[in-house]
Amino acid sequence: MIERSHHDMGGLPAGKVERSEHDYAEWERRVDALMVLLSGVFDGKKLLTVDELRKNIEALGPEAYDRMSYYERWVTSITQTMLQRGVITTEELARKMREVEERGR
Amino acid sequence: MAVEALFRPGDRVRVMRAYPLGHVRTPYYIRGHDGVIERLCGSFPNPEELAQMRSGLPAQPLYRVRFRQNEVWPDYRGRPDDVVEVEIFQHWLEKG
Repeated sequence: MIERSHHDMGGLPAGKVERSEHDYAEWERRVDALMVLLSGVFDGKKLLTVDELRKNIEALGPEAYDRMSYYERWVTSITQTMLQRGVITTEELARKMREVEERGR
Repeated sequence: MAVEALFRPGDRVRVMRAYPLGHVRTPYYIRGHDGVIERLCGSFPNPEELAQMRSGLPAQPLYRVRFRQNEVWPDYRGRPDDVVEVEIFQHWLEKG
């Protein structure tokens, strides 16, 4: 049994804290906006809670957790939550990803 | 709809030493440690339930609990009266 989940790293040795400010990329701002909109009340109900966001971030494998940036974790988790709630289907997501990929060619 | 608050400021408590699956907001490093209730923060829907798309009701009392740093970290080298405060839901606390 694994007692400590990978994300639960309080107290473990860590590197220096990076204190400098940095700008956000446009896609990062969009992910943030997406989170605000989905966690607001839509048609009388929320489409996402911050706790679901956390659950799906915590479910990332240690390797993915460390490799992804902050907002990459968010967008992965938001997508997972939308699939779990049936807001979108895996098929719809796959088709859309193909479409976007082809547009970029 | 809220669970009755069982602890008062100054009460000694022990954090449950448990490692369940699911979304848990009680940090690993504080489980099993002894602390003192600093204040009741209010009652909130249980995040462990909210994370699983349920209501989280009845709401659970949330406390700010104070721990001595040198009790939490065996190799702590700061002042002996340094503390760390952690917000912990009532269902993770037992009488200390």
